[in-house]
Amino acid sequence: MSIPKNLKYTKEHEWALLSADSVTIGITDHAQNSLGDLVFVELPTSGDSITKGETFGVVESIKAVSDLYAPVTGEVVEVNQEAIDNPSSLNENPYDSGWLLKVKITETDQLNDLMSADDYEAFVSSLS
Amino acid sequence: MVNFHGWSLPVQYKGLKQEHLACRNGAGIFDVSHMGEFLVAGLGARGFLNYVTTNDLSTLTPGKAQYSLFPNSNGGIVDDLLVYCLSENEFFLVVNASNVQKDFAHLNMLKTQEAHQFKPFELSNRSSDYSQIALQGPLAESILKNAFDLDTSNLKPFCFIETTLASDTNTIVSRTGYTGEDGFEIYSNNVAIGSIWNQLLETGLPVGLEPCGLGARDTLRLEARLPLYGQELGEMTNPYSAGLGWVVKPEKGDFWGKSQIIAGRNDASAKKLVGLAAIERGIFRTGCAVESPTGESIGTVTSGTYSPSLEKTIALAYLPTTHSSIGSEIFVVVRDKKIKAEVVKTPFYKRS
Repeated sequence: MSIPKNLKYTKEHEWALLSADSVTIGITDHAQNSLGDLVFVELPTSGDSITKGETFGVVESIKAVSDLYAPVTGEVVEVNQEAIDNPSSLNENPYDSGWLLKVKITETDQLNDLMSADDYEAFVSSLS
Repeated sequence: MVNFHGWSLPVQYKGLKQEHLACRNGAGIFDVSHMGEFLVAGLGARGFLNYVTTNDLSTLTPGKAQYSLFPNSNGGIVDDLLVYCLSENEFFLVVNASNVQKDFAHLNMLKTQEAHQFKPFELSNRSSDYSQIALQGPLAESILKNAFDLDTSNLKPFCFIETTLASDTNTIVSRTGYTGEDGFEIYSNNVAIGSIWNQLLETGLPVGLEPCGLGARDTLRLEARLPLYGQELGEMTNPYSAGLGWVVKPEKGDFWGKSQIIAGRNDASAKKLVGLAAIERGIFRTGCAVESPTGESIGTVTSGTYSPSLEKTIALAYLPTTHSSIGSEIFVVVRDKKIKAEVVKTPFYKRS
C-alpha cells in the first residue's frame, strides 16, 4: 500500500497536498483498494464551496456507494474531468491522475490537524 | 465477508469485476451452500408438490429439474425454487436461504390442512445436510470433465445426474445456474463438497477459473434478468407482473392460490417488471424512485448496478404499462438528481 510522505491524510481516507495557491484532494491507495473497481465519481463544480469534515461528493464501485469527506474548507477552483470520465484512474493512480479537486483555501493552518504519512499508516494498520 | 441470513459469505474474492468477467469468458465457482434443501418423498409427494407450486409437475420425469414458485393465498409468492425429480415419488427442492424457515412452515401448514387430498408422504428440511457449489461459464463443462472424468456433453439444461465425484458420497450434478451462462449446480454433503471445490479449483485455475463472491453472483444474475426473492419477488408480487407467467400453469388443475394469481393476471392496472438502462451518467440502486418525464412518481428500482459486461448502468423496476414499452423514456432519482433512462429489452445480457 502506497502512502506518499509529502501528503496529509484524513481518517476518511482522503489525501491533501498544499501547493502555493491551492490544495489538491484525492482518495488514498487504501481507500481505492478497499472500495474495489470504481465506476462512478460525482464531484462539485468549480466555484462551489466545500466544508471540512462534510461530504463533497461520492465514489461508487459496482456494488457500493461511498461518500467523500472534505479535508479542508474552501472554494473549488478545478475539477479533474479525467476522474469523472474514467473512474478507474482512481484505482490505477489515486495520488496522480486520479486526483479529484483543487481547492483555494484562505487559512493554510487548517492542514495542521490532518495526519502525516506515518500517522496515517499507523491508523490504517489499526483498522485491520 | 458479510452476514447473509446467518451465513458468513464473501462479497468478493479478488474483485467483483474480475470475478464477473471470468464467469462470462471462462468460468466462475461459487459456494452457495447457504441455499435451503427439502426432501419430499412418498406416494403423495408429486400430487402435493403439484398443488403447492405454480408450474406443472405432473410430467416431470426422474433426472429433470423445474423452476417453480410457491404461491401464497393472496396471489403473491412465498418463494421461488427448483424442484428436482429424483424418482417417481421422490423430490429434492432447493429454496432461498432467507426463506428456509418460512417455506418449511408454509409447506407443513398445507400438508396438514390438505392431508385429505393426498396419499401419505414425508417432508423434511435437509438444509444443514447439503452443501452446494455452482460452476458456471463457457469452460464449466470442460473443467468438470477434466476434474472428475465426468462427461456432461449430453446433459441438457435443467437435467441432472446422480453420481459420485470426490468420494463415495452421492452427488447431484445439475445443468442449471443463476448467471445466464452454461454451467452446473453441484449438491453433496458438507464434507464431500470441500473436496469437490478443491479439485475443481485446482483443475480450473490454469484456465482462468475464479472463485466468485456474492457481489458477482448478483451482477451476473441481474444482467441475465434472473429475479431475486426479496427484491423482484415477494409476498405481494404477482408472478405475471414479474414476467414469470411461464412458470404458472393454470391448465394443470387446481393449486394453492390459483384464483388470486389469475385475478392478478387479468388486472390491467398491474405494474410490470421491466429493464432500464441509463442514458445519462449515474448508477441506479435498489429503492431509487422512478419518475415519468412529467415528474410523476411511477415506480421503484428493485435491483440496479453498473453492468461489468455491458459497461453501463442497468436496473429492474416495476412500472405501469403506460411506461413499460421498450424505448419509453423515464427518470431515475439518484441522490435527488433525476437521471434520464429508458426501458430496454431483457435479458440485458444473453450469451452468444
